Amino acid sequence: MTDPTPTASPPLLAIRGLSKAFLGVQALDGVDFTVRHGEIHALLGENGAGKSTLIKTLTGVYQRDAGTVTLEGRAIAPRGVEEAQRLHIGTVYQEVNLLPNLSVAENLFLGRQPMRFGFVDRGAMRRRARAVLLPYGLSLDVTAPLGRFSVATQQIVAIARAVDMSAKVLILDEPTASLDAQEVTVLFKVMRTLRSRGIGIVFVTHFLDQVYALCDRITVLRNGRLVGERRTAELPRIDLVAMMLGRELEAAAHRIAPTMDDAEEDARPPLVRFRGYGKARSVEPFDLDIRPGEVVGLAGLLGSGRTETARLVFGMDRADRGEAAVDGQAVRLRGPRDAIRLGFGFCPEDRKKEGIVGALSVRENIILALQARQGWLRPIPRRRQEEIADRFIRLLDIRTPHAEQPIQLLSGGNQQKALLARWLATEPRLLILDEPTRGIDVGAHAEIIRLIERLCADGMALLVVSSELEEIVAYSRRVVVLRDRRHVAELRGGEVAVDRIVAAIASEPAVAGEPRP
Amino acid sequence: MTRSVSSGPSRTLPQYGALAAVLLANWLLFPDFFSIRLQDGRLFGSLIDVLNRGAPVALLAIGMTMVIATRGVDLSVGAVMAISGAVAATLTQAGWGLTPVLAASLGAGLLCGLWNGLLVAVLRIQPIIATLILMVAGRGIAQLVTEGQIVTFTSPDLAFIGSGSFLTVPMPVVITAVLLGVTALLVRMTALGLMIEAVGVNRLSSAGAGVNTPVVLIAVYVWCGLCAAVAGLVVAADIRGADANNAGLWLELDAILAVVVGGTSLLGGRFGLLLSVVGALILQAMNTGILLSGFKPEFNLIVKAGVLMIVLLLQSPTLTLFLPRPARPRPVQPPAPSRAKPESPSPSAGA
Repeated sequence: MTDPTPTASPPLLAIRGLSKAFLGVQALDGVDFTVRHGEIHALLGENGAGKSTLIKTLTGVYQRDAGTVTLEGRAIAPRGVEEAQRLHIGTVYQEVNLLPNLSVAENLFLGRQPMRFGFVDRGAMRRRARAVLLPYGLSLDVTAPLGRFSVATQQIVAIARAVDMSAKVLILDEPTASLDAQEVTVLFKVMRTLRSRGIGIVFVTHFLDQVYALCDRITVLRNGRLVGERRTAELPRIDLVAMMLGRELEAAAHRIAPTMDDAEEDARPPLVRFRGYGKARSVEPFDLDIRPGEVVGLAGLLGSGRTETARLVFGMDRADRGEAAVDGQAVRLRGPRDAIRLGFGFCPEDRKKEGIVGALSVRENIILALQARQGWLRPIPRRRQEEIADRFIRLLDIRTPHAEQPIQLLSGGNQQKALLARWLATEPRLLILDEPTRGIDVGAHAEIIRLIERLCADGMALLVVSSELEEIVAYSRRVVVLRDRRHVAELRGGEVAVDRIVAAIASEPAVAGEPRP
Repeated sequence: MTRSVSSGPSRTLPQYGALAAVLLANWLLFPDFFSIRLQDGRLFGSLIDVLNRGAPVALLAIGMTMVIATRGVDLSVGAVMAISGAVAATLTQAGWGLTPVLAASLGAGLLCGLWNGLLVAVLRIQPIIATLILMVAGRGIAQLVTEGQIVTFTSPDLAFIGSGSFLTVPMPVVITAVLLGVTALLVRMTALGLMIEAVGVNRLSSAGAGVNTPVVLIAVYVWCGLCAAVAGLVVAADIRGADANNAGLWLELDAILAVVVGGTSLLGGRFGLLLSVVGALILQAMNTGILLSGFKPEFNLIVKAGVLMIVLLLQSPTLTLFLPRPARPRPVQPPAPSRAKPESPSPSAGA
């Protein structure tokens, strides 16, 4: 036992040496995790750290390869979420896993309805439902369908159901991701009440401010391994971010004054200019200029609003405030078609879902945006299509047997290059790349970075989102740092360095939202 | 149409083979099956009959193919046939000339398609439900147009569309061929075909690449409505009347069956217009064969269901695991490492 606070009684939940591999990839590697009675314990980590795998292995959705799980000293091995619930471990996901068509009361007592003479006793169910929800400050019509209430309310109902089913450990997997500030406050109140009742809460979130507002302890995972467990009060933000990103950091470097070059650069008129641009529940209003021949990096932790910013710039999501201008002319971005007409291109983070058109050929995927911009009445002749496709297959070294291969049969890196080709064929002025190097092999990775630098040198403007800080630092002239859906800093020229970015991510929020516990 | 199905004869062989097999079976049952004679300047014979009787479903299948290629379905085409037939018969009876009758009747079909397209593209209602509305309501509309009567007419002009002939070929066959040709030109000589397939494969990606997905969706439903209206006209002209209750009844299912038999997947994407028409002819040839053989017509439905079963089994992912893989003409690939790493879904489950 490596419990840092040894007590007489065993901890509420103790996970020791938990391992899980998928197809040879070690998703969890000997992870220890301890939850004590009456604490809120943040489980943190970047993409692929193993948070979800830990939760799913703990609740038996996945079968563990090695390790032990004990609840109050008793070894348990649930084989699914329901069995975990019977063993006093309740789980509430971001997307509420209840049935929106059924009433609140039915959801609360699903599978354990009060019975009378062999029938569901609806009167008793309603009475008990109201009683169950009362401590949560929810007085609502329990006969109304659950789907009619806000996500926050649905989540509290899900929590109430789990607690009422005698949960001692409550796992909340990103419960606040789609809530507004008001709803978050209500949820936090519920969580504190439960903590005072001795329930151990595992809180998965991407919002650092919420971690510091609420949590007693923090466990950080990275690449399937335990990085460490700390008391929140004893862990400065900068150390937390360093733990999550996995780097040793010196104290933040001195601020370097922008060089003369930077000042000159900044005087150049921007290609695109956003002022107070934002969208409720997506990203707070931001200002952003991008000049021709400039790479602007967007850095931040997962869920910090990087992708949301990129999507707003391309019009994939529609902004509900602020102004946009291209070449000094005000423009409206109501959708990708507007953005493409203005000479924008966008490679999304989720290539499979939003990027490639899987069953179509590499050639068709490459010419799609160009053809869409020309309109259906002006088809690109087949010969010309083949020329374009072959040119980019050679130029970007797309590994495909021929241009007619369905794109879904290519590897991730080659799919990404084909998507880049799709936009390069339109000769864009601004190219937006969301995680362009994610999930692709090392060779393609280097090629894409070289390509970014070459495009920039050719005078294209680029906006690049990446979790790889070294990568961002390597090619960006300016880096916008985001935290908790807000643009919190802009680094330029000599300031662009990994430790500066990390420091900006970890910086204290200007206005404290929630009082510390 | 050359490019309708991407990879050459091996994909199209099953359909032509099936058509040949059914025709051959008919010939064995009925040795006169292939004999064609010229009478009063028009061709007659069982084979011509297959083409002629198959025309309405073939017409529906042309429009349905593109709807299915966008991963949709149009259940309302039978009802739209009833509407267009009712409009044509009622207006003809009221003394309108051929041109305004055709315009009104086809216009009704276009409007029906526009309605379906708006529901699917703008309101984003699932196609099967969106078109179910008109499937139910359309027959009611047709009954309102005919005021509940079976409307008959005597105009030889309109009747010519159903029972006349052009250069000895029956008009329904000519109309089908022309509509097939026009549709094929429209989608394959423009970029519309590519966009339809792209939207069907991945609507999100297509929209992100700048494809005007709502317009593409509306266009295919409008065209499907037009095809249904033409089919309704042909049927009404043939029987010289409109029966709002029975015209086109259940034909939407035959049209879907024809498209699926023709090899266009209900999951959207690649489509073949000619193959769907071949699918319709396969169905009609089976119909005719059963009638000629003297079996009860009821067998028709069971045989049809059997064919559907076979086609769907061939497409079933479960079954294809056990079948030998069809020889796909895939060029030799270098042992490139590029294909070796499809992303596995699970390890990235970390967050």
